[in-house]
Amino acid sequence: MNVVSRFLRFVQGDSQADRVVPPTGYSARLTVFTAGAMAFLAVFAMALSLAADRLADRWSDALARTSTIRISAPLAELEAQTWAVLTVLEQTSGVDSARALTDDEQRALLEPWFGPDLPVADLPIPRLVEVVETAEGYDAEGLRQRLAAEAPGAVLDDHTRWRRPLVEAANGLRLLGWVAIGLILASTAAMITLAAGSALAANQGVIKVLRLVGARDNYIARAFVRRFTLRALSGAMAGTIAGMIAVALLPRAGDEQAFLTGLGFSGLHWLWPLTVPVLAAVTAFWATRIAAFRTLGGLR
Amino acid sequence: MIELEDAAYGYGTEPLLSEIGLRLAPGSFHFLTGPSGAGKTTFLRLCYADLLPTGGSVRLFEQEAKAMSRDDIAKARQRIGVVHQDCQFLDHLPVAENIALPLTVSGRKTGQEAANLEELIGWVGLRARADALPPELSGGERQRAALARAVIMDPDVILADEPTGNVDWEMSLRLLTLLVELNKMGKTVLIATHDLALIRAAKAQVSARVLRIGGGRIHLAGADL
Ligand SMILES: Nc1ncnc2c1ncn2[C@@H]1O[C@H](COP(=O)(O)OP(=O)(O)OP(=O)(O)O)[C@@H](O)[C@H]1O
Ligand SMILES: [Mg+2]
Repeated sequence: MNVVSRFLRFVQGDSQADRVVPPTGYSARLTVFTAGAMAFLAVFAMALSLAADRLADRWSDALARTSTIRISAPLAELEAQTWAVLTVLEQTSGVDSARALTDDEQRALLEPWFGPDLPVADLPIPRLVEVVETAEGYDAEGLRQRLAAEAPGAVLDDHTRWRRPLVEAANGLRLLGWVAIGLILASTAAMITLAAGSALAANQGVIKVLRLVGARDNYIARAFVRRFTLRALSGAMAGTIAGMIAVALLPRAGDEQAFLTGLGFSGLHWLWPLTVPVLAAVTAFWATRIAAFRTLGGLR
Repeated sequence: MIELEDAAYGYGTEPLLSEIGLRLAPGSFHFLTGPSGAGKTTFLRLCYADLLPTGGSVRLFEQEAKAMSRDDIAKARQRIGVVHQDCQFLDHLPVAENIALPLTVSGRKTGQEAANLEELIGWVGLRARADALPPELSGGERQRAALARAVIMDPDVILADEPTGNVDWEMSLRLLTLLVELNKMGKTVLIATHDLALIRAAKAQVSARVLRIGGGRIHLAGADL
């Protein structure tokens, strides 16, 4: 049978069947509220995870295993030292490729500061060598020492390396976000198990009568399961919408690197939070079903 | 339909009923009497597997009660209409829905059944009270509603525990007539009652066996009844 039609039938339900269990306003409101609050938190945890994900991506792209060597030397020696550096690099294990930036490239780099007409060749500005390392990377300290010996004007600037711990932190943060979502789901399940358990306990008399007139466990369980699933679904939908609005309203600064201002969803990631109500409903369905069958199994 | 063989039951360590042997044959009509506290209700509860025998065997529709799953028991109960001594309603649902409850829980509430429901509610004289909640009913009204609920499913067996305990003589006779009618349609009927006048009235209409519980045993009652 088609899953969608089954789901629709489950949602529509049998209004008669629903009425056999008396409405329990209090536990109903608690369930809706908790599901809503949990969904709200889950949306934030999701935003956190996805933001950390983007950040880690961006930073590890930027890492891209490049570094630069800056050679500052009198113009007369510059060419020789550049050669020396390139030779050292050629013999260094862990270096994939290296090349000196051309005058044009250097000019482009400096243009924002000095304008387009800078006579690079005539100025004592340092020469830049771009180093691309292999996946294993090179030994920065060893390279530094050999450069000092071969080309005293050369300074290894592995400026992007400081970001490595940040990428690790971002990865950790992403993991933390998913763990939080897992915990939120687990506590939703625990809360709904408790609420369903108390609803079942409060309705023992009803269950007894239903059994006396020939109701099967499945029928009795369904009355409770449907109820709690729909409550969790509606609460979680409200919480998710509220959470998405809250995330959308967070101030966004232009600086993409700043972490807090990057907390949000971008593009298709906006679809992710929509899974929260579904997850909440599925969780409620199983939590109530298991609680119901356990209770019914215990009652003779 | 329902068979007990050397069945025994005790709530604690002391056996309350023992050596109970009885066969409720299809279409039979039984009365069950005995002093208060003798175990009539207990005996009926064994008959619809609300209690399981502590000794011997109880069989419902050829199935050993002790070996039945809860689903099996539910299915058997859909074929057994029970008038409980304490009635057992869902207090939050109106009388009409309580009477229809066996249909509801077995998913059999159709248009035809709804028409039957109307008729039945009229039959037990509860038309004016159909929308009331059970706690608002008098004792006799509750018993009539319980009887209506017991027969709504067109069950094979009807077990009635003091169905006329709280109603006047005229209503007692009406309810009895309903049960006799059902018996004539082939239903197996067992009525537990103190009311000897009711048993005499019934004997004029139907050939009924009268059983007496006493001293933990079940006997066929003498011809004095
Ligand atoms: N759940 C129970 N736990 C312990 N003892 C019980 C229980 N139910 C009934 N009894 C005892 O078992 C005995 C038989 O009870 P039962 O209800 O079967 O009697 P009865 O013949 O139906 O009486 P009545 O005519 O007053 O309805 C009584 O002494 C009663 O106190
Ligand atoms: Mg009794």
